[in-house]
Amino acid sequence: MKSLVSPAGALRAGIFFAILIAIPLVGGPSWLLNMLIFTVMYAALSSSWNIVGGYAGYPSLGHAAFFGIGAYAVGITFSKSVGAGYSPFWSLPVIGLAVALIAVPVGWISMRTRQDVFAIVTITILFIAQTLAFNLNGLTGGAQGTSVAAPPFPAGTYDWPFYFAMVVILAVTMLISHLISNSKFGLALLTVRADEDKAQGIGVRVTGVKVSAFALSAGMVAMVGGIWAYYVGFIYPQFAVDPLITIGIVLMTFLGGKGTLWGPVLGAFILVPAQEYFAQAFGASELYLLAYALVFIVIMLFLPRGIIPSIAMARHRRWQRLAGEAGSTVPAAGGTSTDAMDPTATMTEGTR
Amino acid sequence: MHALIQAIILGILTGGVYALMASGQTMIFGIMKVVNLAQGALIMLGAYLTYSLFTGFGIDPFVSLLITTPLLFLLGVGLQWALLRPLHGDDVAQLSLLVTFAIALGVEGVLSFVYGATLTNIQPGYANDSWTMFGFQISVVRFWAFMISIVLLLALGALLKRTKFGRSVRATVQNPTSAELLGVNARRVSAIGFGLGSATAAAGGAVFGMLNSFNPGSHYDLISKLLTVVILGGLGSIGGAIYAAVIMGVISSVVAAVASPIWSDFAFFIVLLLVLLVRPQGLFGAKTRGAL
Repeated sequence: MKSLVSPAGALRAGIFFAILIAIPLVGGPSWLLNMLIFTVMYAALSSSWNIVGGYAGYPSLGHAAFFGIGAYAVGITFSKSVGAGYSPFWSLPVIGLAVALIAVPVGWISMRTRQDVFAIVTITILFIAQTLAFNLNGLTGGAQGTSVAAPPFPAGTYDWPFYFAMVVILAVTMLISHLISNSKFGLALLTVRADEDKAQGIGVRVTGVKVSAFALSAGMVAMVGGIWAYYVGFIYPQFAVDPLITIGIVLMTFLGGKGTLWGPVLGAFILVPAQEYFAQAFGASELYLLAYALVFIVIMLFLPRGIIPSIAMARHRRWQRLAGEAGSTVPAAGGTSTDAMDPTATMTEGTR
Repeated sequence: MHALIQAIILGILTGGVYALMASGQTMIFGIMKVVNLAQGALIMLGAYLTYSLFTGFGIDPFVSLLITTPLLFLLGVGLQWALLRPLHGDDVAQLSLLVTFAIALGVEGVLSFVYGATLTNIQPGYANDSWTMFGFQISVVRFWAFMISIVLLLALGALLKRTKFGRSVRATVQNPTSAELLGVNARRVSAIGFGLGSATAAAGGAVFGMLNSFNPGSHYDLISKLLTVVILGGLGSIGGAIYAAVIMGVISSVVAAVASPIWSDFAFFIVLLLVLLVRPQGLFGAKTRGAL
């Protein structure tokens, strides 16, 4: 039986997380840790989105709704007191589980549609959540928002608990992604992405598989939302359920490479700092939106497959060309054949 | 009872305007299979152009349509040519969704830069006039907005049904490959189609600006309603979008009258989810292509 974790993969993950953990311990300017919290947050969000948007091929634009539900769950439960400061973190698994359960019927309804219609239906779910957050005054505080009680953390290491919580969530999400991509469940998701009708024909339980992926992904996103709410302290409907969060997640996953383990993480580590830079440089005017839109379009036009799959493809082509030169009977890979093997190519890259 | 009928009249008038804005969007989907998330932002652009023409040059909002619709038509053709045509790869549908969202962000950014984020509206002298008919109030602006929408929808329908261009559009919707084999220039049809969709946004924007206060961020609100209308009607079906817009207009204004305005937008989404539960392809959407 093949081992689930290859030595190279374990080494890569080990080094990555060791660096993440070491950064606050070594020290550095406080803005760096603040930015890292948001970077790791988006990496975790994108990795969760990738489970349903990347592996299953259902591009949900409604994930900010679940992010917001998680945020409000923490905000409402801990508005008076957070005890020693750690109880919101311990409540996260419960919140994640509850939101995953809510996501089952939501996913079941919306996944009756496919592709573009699914994207739009999920975006309306986002607007439903936002309308509810604005209008359920008794529960959410409406437009005035709600707030979490201030945590009693020492000023010097105030950001640490939030940062480490985000890192733990990211690690869990990546572990889940990795396990999924090596399992029968992951294979079933890939068949759904490739051709759902055929998959059903050969006996894949498509509805169960895709709705499970949706619920899993929504639950993870809600947990991240909970940490975010605790960190920022104040929760307003337009920031907790923000279309820009959804779009940021999708864009980062596309940039890094969807359906891969490291793609969403890479995308987040490129785009969040870029975003922060634009907000700094153009902050006063609204031009940062324009700058963001331009980055967006450049990525879509020039890197539609994402960074990691593009690299994998280039390596694959070179390898084939070398093989062709050596044997001189094997022709270089044509566009059609590489296209046809694309899902498997990205998949193997993701699992390594 | 009186309040209910009043609400239904209001709903039909509002629905007519949504029908115009949504018809452009659903047509773009029909031709190119692109869900245009920028439609709301283009409508805001139309509203601000009308606003500038009105406050700067004193041009009546309805007359300014003669200027704004050609402008947005050209902009639409340009956007399609520069940003949507070059897309390639296996997920063109998803990529184009994201690109149109980027266009929306860009337009929002430019509008915020030029006009700022304060709420504004277009107030011609007759903005608050209304007629009383059998005891029911009909606002002048809403009435003319409705009539303009009907005229433009009829013109769009005639264009699609009677002209050579319209035939090539319908052929492309039904089967792009066969249409191209028969000599239809798919690229030209796509560009002009996107331009026409943007032109309906200009008209919709002028009307929207007279009926509502708006700021550059209003497009989120608008696009969420347009998307529900378009999906409810069945993506790509103009007729479906018109019915859906009127149904939605009536439902939301009735909910506003009998319950509370707060929940009127919410009713939109609930109706949509209920319909999708029964008919995933929308009210009038065909399971196969070719619904235009």
